[in-house]
Amino acid sequence: MTGAANALPDLSRYDTSPKLLRRNAEIRGDRPCLREKHLGIWETVTWGEAAAQAREIACGLKTLGLERGDRVSIIGDNRPVLYNAILAIQSLGGVPVPIYQDSVADETRYVLNNAEVRFVFAEDQEQVDKVLEIKDECPTIEGVIYHDPRGLRNYSEAFLCSTGELTRRGRDYDAEHPGFYDGEVARGAADDTSVILYTSGTTGNPKGVVLSYRNVLVSALNSVRQEGLGEGDEVLAYLPMAWVGDHMFSCGQALVAGFCVSCPESAETVLNDLWEVGPTYFFAPPRIFENILTTVMIRIQDSGWVKRKLFFHFLEVAKVHGKRILDGETVGSSARLHYALGALLIFRPLLNTLGLTRVKLGYTAGEAIGPDIFDFYRSIGFNLKQLYGMTEASVFITIQPNGEVRSDTVGRPAAEVELRIEDNEVQFRGPGVFVEYFRNPEATAETKTGDGWCRTGDAGFIDGEGHLKIIDRAKDVGRLTDGTLFAPKYIENKLKFFPDIFEAVCFGDGRDCVTAFINIDLEAMGDWAERNGISYASYQELAGLPRVYDIIQGRVEQVNRDLAADADLAGAQIRRFLVLHKQLDADDGELTRTRKVRRRHVSEKYGSLIEALYSGRDRCGIETEVTFEDGRKGTVRADLQIRDIAPAEAERSAA
Amino acid sequence: MSAAEEATAQAPILRLDGISLAFGGVTVLDDVSFDIREGEIRAIIGPNGAGKSSMLNVINGFYHPDDGTITYKGETRTRMRPDQAARQGIARTFQNIALFRGMSTLDNIMTGRNTMMRRNFLWQALYVGPARREELEHRAHVERVIEFLEIEAIRRVPVGRLPYGLQKRVELGRALAAEPDLLLLDEPMAGMNSEEKEDMCRFVLDVNDEFGTTIALIEHDMGVVMDISDRVVVLDYGRLIADGSPDEVRGNEEVIAAYLGVVRD
Repeated sequence: MTGAANALPDLSRYDTSPKLLRRNAEIRGDRPCLREKHLGIWETVTWGEAAAQAREIACGLKTLGLERGDRVSIIGDNRPVLYNAILAIQSLGGVPVPIYQDSVADETRYVLNNAEVRFVFAEDQEQVDKVLEIKDECPTIEGVIYHDPRGLRNYSEAFLCSTGELTRRGRDYDAEHPGFYDGEVARGAADDTSVILYTSGTTGNPKGVVLSYRNVLVSALNSVRQEGLGEGDEVLAYLPMAWVGDHMFSCGQALVAGFCVSCPESAETVLNDLWEVGPTYFFAPPRIFENILTTVMIRIQDSGWVKRKLFFHFLEVAKVHGKRILDGETVGSSARLHYALGALLIFRPLLNTLGLTRVKLGYTAGEAIGPDIFDFYRSIGFNLKQLYGMTEASVFITIQPNGEVRSDTVGRPAAEVELRIEDNEVQFRGPGVFVEYFRNPEATAETKTGDGWCRTGDAGFIDGEGHLKIIDRAKDVGRLTDGTLFAPKYIENKLKFFPDIFEAVCFGDGRDCVTAFINIDLEAMGDWAERNGISYASYQELAGLPRVYDIIQGRVEQVNRDLAADADLAGAQIRRFLVLHKQLDADDGELTRTRKVRRRHVSEKYGSLIEALYSGRDRCGIETEVTFEDGRKGTVRADLQIRDIAPAEAERSAA
Repeated sequence: MSAAEEATAQAPILRLDGISLAFGGVTVLDDVSFDIREGEIRAIIGPNGAGKSSMLNVINGFYHPDDGTITYKGETRTRMRPDQAARQGIARTFQNIALFRGMSTLDNIMTGRNTMMRRNFLWQALYVGPARREELEHRAHVERVIEFLEIEAIRRVPVGRLPYGLQKRVELGRALAAEPDLLLLDEPMAGMNSEEKEDMCRFVLDVNDEFGTTIALIEHDMGVVMDISDRVVVLDYGRLIADGSPDEVRGNEEVIAAYLGVVRD
């Protein structure tokens, strides 16, 4: 890696993605740009080849009649040709509109119509069929370009065209109009729309977030500079192309830093591809890190005793020293030696089987990650960091700087990003703030203030060290009668990170203190009971055991101690709790199908328990209707114990 | 009718004339005659014990008929060995999966190329020079089959660990690896759930469509048979009782009787 080739681009000169593509083709034309596994073999597209392919596709699109400003959709799995199609569209001043490949026809139709898409790139027959099904209702679509011809031989629709045919036409057009492509690329400017990404709003229709080249490329450049990414880096692009994260990593940062993007062979082979590619830069949502850890733990339990003993011995060593070594703190030489031995025998081989040995930067985001999971990866030497971002910010709002990584904050503002907390809500301002919601000025006005600040809808605060802490959705945050901030999800998440707590529901908005329903995890608690020779006949009996209450009380007290450490939240400690006699269940309407608590339903159904929590009584009887797995209904009666908890002290030792 | 069939409607790839087969005193096939045209999907149906699998065994040379002739690609014969059939472009799958359970998907499909390997066992073991080049060519073809059947994720998995539906697909893959002109499928959808069946139907139709492979299949699921086949022959107690398009066969009274179990004379 030479300094000159790895110098970051000057965005005043290379102010659009196609110009950056040309730059990369000039300075690193033979370096890998994209990889794809074909017939079992990884095939590489160099920057030079990618630029040539984008040029051919662009000229091909011209022959179909693409004009500047036209929207073109891309639907499919991560494929090099689709990434090049994005660049081709941008070269002609068109606007790519990637669509989630697993969207149902209704969602796809909404986006195609809302963005008035003229052309669609569809990966294969499956996606072509989806578009054909709704084409009559999408009057603006004039052409569909497919990549994989399989199964499409007998489709006679005149508006269908293969990428092969498109590039052939493009080559001819380019030969006849040699100056055309370069002229079009030169016309692009920083404030042109570079992409429209649709966000899957939880309510109502998705909104098209319009991002300019300035948004995407400045954010990309800043993050590349902060993390020291360069042309030698590798990523595996396995998350949907329509998601802003993939767009930023695989299109924005890849162009700026000149690194290589590998596309998995298929959705099912991702873990194997990860191992073969060995990325140096890796993003995954918390759920994936959790799944990997669970698999590792299960396999370790099944392995021989020598391996198991070694694993747990060095895991303890890692717990004590690992994070501090990764954070560059001073650690004694004997501890370092001990850790190095663990790395040699356990940590490196483990990361190797996972395909994560080469990762120097791992990001996670999207939701809260359990501190145990987070610490596990960091302690074995995997540089996992959290970031906080959203489509409207071109991803980056905050990033955890190296050496300042915590499991309970999302880090400091990214370069050039300003943060403020307005009425509990996190707001930001910076180069990544989106232009507008496409053709939706009302929603734009709701989200963007006049002076450039953008609302996130998340409640949070900035802690003593300048790190942002996200606590809940702003609309769910309430206040106790004395005005103390109450963020139910934040407290519930803390409780749920304990393996023996399955679910927790906290109350407090408009009350004088915080109380909680706790749901024990039958598997973890049952395992504990078995190991301690405690017999029980049912979930209800186990949940009501005094010793189980003792354990849960210990957990609640731990959470209270954590809360006491935050000045803003110290007043919202849990004062009374009870352990529910039945598991909250989607069949009883208490959880959604994605296992989120339906707060309103729970408070209606268990209203008498909530009143008991706030009444000072120490027991409460309840009768609930339950739905059995075969659909029959029955009732469960229980007499629940309620426990009081003393609040933790505001100060705590620096543990 | 597929376009491929109309184009070559007059050219049977295989013709069976007066085939009879008996094991001891049991007559399995009794004077059966029909043909399979190039490029068509031909279904063989019938109640249990009608002689369907025996018919396939006769076609690929595993059984030798007591009487009658087989004309394959214009060449008439009474006896053919299974390996000769394989070399001449007939490949098949089995009613009960017959894969090497300890070998990976990739290796199992690779065995489908065995009849085409020109270098002998010793060369292959040494894996040098021409043997290496040859192996790479075969491997590339096998990879095309893997891609076609969308089984990339199980390339390295021993087939014994795969669920039933996928094993069936691997078996189809092995047959396809031989680049057959005539593909015999013995109950390719037996024991599958409806989603697996749909997948398999799509693959059968795709094989026929993309490679122009002629397919003869035995199947019990009437919905599948009526949907995907161009012509159907019906056997009952070793006799041919109907032969024609799915619609013709569906309305045939003798077929209905055979399936509904009407008392016979």
